[in-house]
Amino acid sequence: MKPVALFVTCLVDQLYPNVGEASVRVLERAGCTVAFFEEQTCCGQAAFNNGFQEEARVLARRFLDVFAHAPAIVAPSGSCADMVREWYPHLFRDTPALLNLARSIASRTYELSEYLVRVLGVTDLGARFPATVTYHPSCHGLRGLGLRDEPLGLLRAVRDLRLVELPAAEQCCGFGGFFSIKFAALSGAMLSAKLDTIEASGAEVVTATDVSCLMHISGGLSRRGSRVRALHLAEILAGS
Amino acid sequence: MMDHPTRIDLIRNIERALRDESLQRQMGKAMPASRRARADAAAELPEWESLRSTAAGIKDHVLANLEKYLRQLESQVSALGGTVHWASDAAEARAIITDLARSRGVRRIVKSKSMTTEEIFLNPALEAAGASVVETDLGEYVVQLAGERPSHLIAPVVHKPTEEIADLFVKKLGVPRYERPEELARVAREVLRAEFLAAEMGITGVNFAIAESGTLVIVENEGNARLTTTRPRIHMAVMGVEKVLPHLADLSVFLRILARSGTGQRSSVYVSLLTGPRRAGETDGPEELHLIILDNGRRRLLADPDLRGALRCIRCGACQNECPVYQHAGGHAYGSVYAGPIGAVLTPAYEGLERARDLPFASTLCRACADVCPVKIDLPGMLVELRARAVRTGLVSWRDRMLLGAWTFFTGSPARFMLAGSLGRLAQRLVARGGKIERLPYPLSGWTAHRAAPVLASTPFRTWWKSRQGEGR
Repeated sequence: MKPVALFVTCLVDQLYPNVGEASVRVLERAGCTVAFFEEQTCCGQAAFNNGFQEEARVLARRFLDVFAHAPAIVAPSGSCADMVREWYPHLFRDTPALLNLARSIASRTYELSEYLVRVLGVTDLGARFPATVTYHPSCHGLRGLGLRDEPLGLLRAVRDLRLVELPAAEQCCGFGGFFSIKFAALSGAMLSAKLDTIEASGAEVVTATDVSCLMHISGGLSRRGSRVRALHLAEILAGS
Repeated sequence: MMDHPTRIDLIRNIERALRDESLQRQMGKAMPASRRARADAAAELPEWESLRSTAAGIKDHVLANLEKYLRQLESQVSALGGTVHWASDAAEARAIITDLARSRGVRRIVKSKSMTTEEIFLNPALEAAGASVVETDLGEYVVQLAGERPSHLIAPVVHKPTEEIADLFVKKLGVPRYERPEELARVAREVLRAEFLAAEMGITGVNFAIAESGTLVIVENEGNARLTTTRPRIHMAVMGVEKVLPHLADLSVFLRILARSGTGQRSSVYVSLLTGPRRAGETDGPEELHLIILDNGRRRLLADPDLRGALRCIRCGACQNECPVYQHAGGHAYGSVYAGPIGAVLTPAYEGLERARDLPFASTLCRACADVCPVKIDLPGMLVELRARAVRTGLVSWRDRMLLGAWTFFTGSPARFMLAGSLGRLAQRLVARGGKIERLPYPLSGWTAHRAAPVLASTPFRTWWKSRQGEGR
């Protein structure tokens, strides 16, 4: 049994707990013992991305303390995993006492599909999900963590799931955290282009590795009255 | 002259661009084609990634030894009979050029290939000095006729549909209405040919300047830079300090990445290597060659360790083509000569963060720009750094501070986080209908203007986890 600490992420905790629950089931099915440290909150990405670096450092500091001894940290979010991996060492570059811990934590932090495929070597989780599904590669997972084949391999192994291609898949959906509020109209225009391609794909379900993009996409689908549902990859992998 | 008067209202500019249906249609057509062309051209070269690293390395070496290579360039150009001028800012560069034009009695000027002269607002200054200036790149010519500025580094008129260009030619040139691009190009060629023949001075930019040989390199597709540099009596070349390369051999690396990144061509149609003015016994080339080496904020950028890498930029435009924000906003929305991700870094660096405070925030940090940049500029990292500076210097709005302040406060501890969740669940009773929220109050109203908002779950994950542990799992 592989011990992993689940970083559930703040959005999952409060808005999409079912994604957290699905992540636990998937990890357990893959042979992990899952721990959840209740002192965890937010990785600080929202603050960091918006230039509030001092505030981000405070949250990152908390993350380092909470996960200091975790053998592996797995998050159902490419962008949060990327925040820890890419930016924690940067945030603590002038704090030698914390830099080593930040680097070590960074090297032990994974996005869920990345951990399953790259670390555990598992692609078939025995899931069944009878639907036509398309996959939106979220930017931070795709370009930050280099996740291309991992989520697709997992989806291909799901019974009764028909995977269809998403046109212009690698175009950003326009979420971008507070960008979606500060540049609301622009974010809406980017979303609209993404929704067009999702609907054109013929899928009944659009999936991704980040609830943040999915929250934005599903809000747009709902506003359009679309029948396409947005589900996190973990929810599909937990299906049986 | 006030070069950069007021704050750039990027958000309003973008909203205007989004309402401009013709712009949206045109960008929607042009941008995907440019992206595909670049991707295909890059994929053809197995050594693409190593070329990018080599190019970035050469640029970094130049930047670390900038003054040495600039001095070498100066002495080589001078030895060949050219004249080198140093301009610390836009006003100085304008003064050098206008004084020279005046002293030589220049009345007609042709121009080609230069964003740097756009950066220094050269044309109005020359016109004020009594000279006529004609842009000879087809796109730039159209932009000039329209009384606009370029909206893209290498495709200055990418924002304008062909039909509008056809109308513009009818109105400004009094020609019949031609609609096919080749016909429009023919009309422009006829006008421009006369300009080339009459001009006493040709002004160009410089893609690369080779320190060891004093060679100026100009990369183009139309051949007009060749005419601009050789036909008029005087060639005036304007380059930013960062354009110098140590050796002629370095050029091969950049020529391979520039055309592929910019237009998806394996090579551009013309590469001119200009080494000095006309020598005795030669039949063509300018009698006088002047090189202006412009600082205009670049050395300040060089001294900035977090942003210095932006000086690697070779002005290929790939980051603009790739950027989803640029694709919707168009170049003019950025309110400055450099648009897109590189503009969001350069404009604050050159013109001040106060004026350009919104530009670094106009990105989802999707990193598409960094992935395609042929010299590996860490554009997303620089945007994040500029955002941090905007926050530190009080250049972000009260609303943004409030939102982020609340976010960091409530995520500061599990207790506060749970409290926020509980408060949110109470509050959403007022606004949630059928498991979603169609309308949020300010400051979150922007979200629900374009999409429904989710509701907070009745049971947070951590509550579920606790009960699961309680069940003895």
